[in-house]
Amino acid sequence: MSSNGHGGVNGGMQPAKLRGRRITLHDNCLRDGMHPKRHQISIEQMVAVAAGLDEAGVPLIEVTHGDGLGGASVNYGFPSHTDQEYLRAVIPKLKRAKVSALLLPGIGTVDHLRMAHECGVGTIRVATHCTEADVSEQHMALSRKLGLDTVGFLMMAHLIEPGALVAQAKLMQSYGANCLYITDSAGYMLPDDVTARVGALREALEPGTEVGFHGHHNLAMGVANSLAAVEAGANRIDGSAAGLGAGAGNTPLEIFNAVCHRIGIETGVDVFKLMDVAEDLVVPMMDQPIRVDRDSLILGYAGVYSSFLLFAKRASAKYGVPSADILVELGRQKTVGGQEDMIEDLAINMARAAAASRARRPPP
Amino acid sequence: MPRINAALVGSGNIGTDLMYKALRSRWINPAWMVGIDPASDGLMRARENGLKTTAEGVDGLLAHVKADRIEIAFDATSAYVHRDNARKLQALGVVMIDLTPAAIGPYCVPPVNLAEQVGKRAMNVNMVSCGGQATIPIVAAVSRVQPVEYGEIVATVSSRSAGPGTRKNIDEFTRTTANGIEKVGGAKRGKAIIILNPAEPPLIMRDTVHCLTRDEPDQKKITESIHAMIAEVQKYVPGYVLKNGPVFDGKRVSIYLEVAGLGDYLPKYAGNLDIMTAAALRTAEMVAEEIASGRFVRSAEAAT
Repeated sequence: MSSNGHGGVNGGMQPAKLRGRRITLHDNCLRDGMHPKRHQISIEQMVAVAAGLDEAGVPLIEVTHGDGLGGASVNYGFPSHTDQEYLRAVIPKLKRAKVSALLLPGIGTVDHLRMAHECGVGTIRVATHCTEADVSEQHMALSRKLGLDTVGFLMMAHLIEPGALVAQAKLMQSYGANCLYITDSAGYMLPDDVTARVGALREALEPGTEVGFHGHHNLAMGVANSLAAVEAGANRIDGSAAGLGAGAGNTPLEIFNAVCHRIGIETGVDVFKLMDVAEDLVVPMMDQPIRVDRDSLILGYAGVYSSFLLFAKRASAKYGVPSADILVELGRQKTVGGQEDMIEDLAINMARAAAASRARRPPP
Repeated sequence: MPRINAALVGSGNIGTDLMYKALRSRWINPAWMVGIDPASDGLMRARENGLKTTAEGVDGLLAHVKADRIEIAFDATSAYVHRDNARKLQALGVVMIDLTPAAIGPYCVPPVNLAEQVGKRAMNVNMVSCGGQATIPIVAAVSRVQPVEYGEIVATVSSRSAGPGTRKNIDEFTRTTANGIEKVGGAKRGKAIIILNPAEPPLIMRDTVHCLTRDEPDQKKITESIHAMIAEVQKYVPGYVLKNGPVFDGKRVSIYLEVAGLGDYLPKYAGNLDIMTAAALRTAEMVAEEIASGRFVRSAEAAT
């Protein structure tokens, strides 16, 4: 496909208030996209995709294990290469784009953060469950001290009300975060949920603190939710080229970028070049189509952490329990991000219960 | 045999829970509780139970150590404060059981290395971390059967049971626990993960242990070893339960545990805190036994 480098043609029927708004697009396909790839993206693929995104004008690209720095584990999966190897390979190849790294306190530590900084990472995103912001203080303080763009990432943000999110966001702001994210880890939110949460943060945080939104496409709301976020005052929006991310993927970045161009929101990202990266580089990498299948729809419907998807599918195959049942039960048990270990445990329990109920049935 | 007098330094949740457990002990007599807030619930409960108390910190205790024959002290303050407490109390010959992450002394996980540490007459032993107490016995149960290349634990605790100290320095948990998995658990490499879950009603502590063995796992021997180890832990934490496993998948051995506390002062779901206080008391009891029998001759020394 050729690129004219001029972006799309504005339709003229979109809300005029958004015309001319500048936002930062943040690609996550090399981090969140590690989940559907079982953390097996090659160095060559990482470099090629990152260079393509850079060429398209995407200003910020996340690169690490799907569960962030230090995520390499039995629990979440061992990657093809270490975070350090990926970062060292990608960062020198970029002309304009900066690289971010995710860090979940409890999984990664300040030692990982220092390593990422030494590799040339410019943005650290410290992610906690939406009620647990106070575990991020030491990581944010160090990130800030190192002069890094410091972002707070409040995961599973659908679980609590806007007012409660504001309190957590303010804590992170006090630790040094210059940008706070509403993270819809389960792809559960509808546009009004996003508007309420992003709007509350925008109003309560200092004017100099940015607000961001990270969506999952489990209810096919990624683009609509991201647009609602921009309308409510967010100026950083996450997405992934071709949607490559956990569950039904992230907000497909090339689609959202095209929508922004139609409306007149300025992303600085070339519509056609980003399409090319998605279509020519990312789609061929996929081990399975990234789409709203039954299981990922359940994630969005029941509010379950998107990264659980493949673990539930594997446990289903091994223990003969429907993956849909596993996911619904994980939602009912109020599991949070990181509890991947509970999936095998739960599948064993369900298989045992099913066997017991078969045994109780009278012989035919 | 007379019980050995002990002081509880720190009047918070941990110190108070420990007091209730110590009041039932055959070997330990909790004689003093040390706090810094005269109005604290812990100090009030200590007085109600006949303990002497001070709200002057460890300095309020020092003058009484000799007269009241304090031979063991539990420290449930913070890593920073512990260094100071240890220096002052060890100079008077008091054996320190350290529940903070300071880890001045060697790690002690009772069913794995308590006898060894007490045998070495260590004047200061450290209780690693809550996740460490819950999981290191299981790593050790596998590694005593065959070499473990890698041990990984995931501790999931209710948000309510994770105090401000843990939250301010969560890296200390991951680092200390990983270290304990290697040094005490016997894994060549260790990794620790902690997850806080805010669900209501609060969830009971869950712990998952993943071991990667060097060679094909001997399923029968490992299973027996794990069951035997769990029985050992249950002697001091009755709510320590195997939920599932061991699951064998190639060289991966996964064990799924739940830890409910006794509910002495801390709620039952806070098995993570209960296993610390129970392990600390068990350690102190063994030290007390050694002191009472004359085998443990303590030397007054400065803490390192």
